Amino acid sequence: MLRIPREIHEAVLEHAREGFPLEVCGILGGRGSEVLSHHRMTNTDQSNEHFMMDPKEQFALVKELRAAEQSMLVIYHSHPESPARPSQEDIRLALTPGVAHLIVSLMDQETPVAKAFTISEGTVAPVEIELF
Amino acid sequence: MNLTVNGKSATIEAQGNVSVLQLLDLLNVSQKEYVTVELNGDILDRESFAASPVQDGDTVEFLYFMGGGAL
Repeated sequence: MLRIPREIHEAVLEHAREGFPLEVCGILGGRGSEVLSHHRMTNTDQSNEHFMMDPKEQFALVKELRAAEQSMLVIYHSHPESPARPSQEDIRLALTPGVAHLIVSLMDQETPVAKAFTISEGTVAPVEIELF
Repeated sequence: MNLTVNGKSATIEAQGNVSVLQLLDLLNVSQKEYVTVELNGDILDRESFAASPVQDGDTVEFLYFMGGGAL
């Protein structure tokens, strides 16, 4: 279960819409299962099929979250033209332990769909999202 | 050897010099080919892990590559 404030959920969807047709990516920080902060990250691939975060931004954010007594809860990215489910590449590259992966599909740009998953050693499991 | 690893104090039992690559082994970090390391504020090239010594008092941060794709 992930608890996400409605304004952060909407900000993630807006980030995905703004970035279309490219993939966008970001990180949600928080405590326990509750998301408290939203951080847009640079997709260094600038691609509509791939994303890769900038390590400098990653390190800076990890330290920022630590200082705020938060941890990285969610890694998110958009799928501009495919469903909100992990691709084979997403599964292969889901290496960071203990985080959920949120995927925003823009197949219907009017109504983006965001779904969350845990991915561990190739096994994908859905994560319920509660907006508040 | 006393280090700060990902913001936490860590004591590493090792004889002689330890490289970043050896440190990752000692920390049981898997899939090291996807790990990025920052040593005392400087991001290291992955190719230099084996040649980069870690010394008492150093600050080490490491994290995994974060990427994926739609396909």
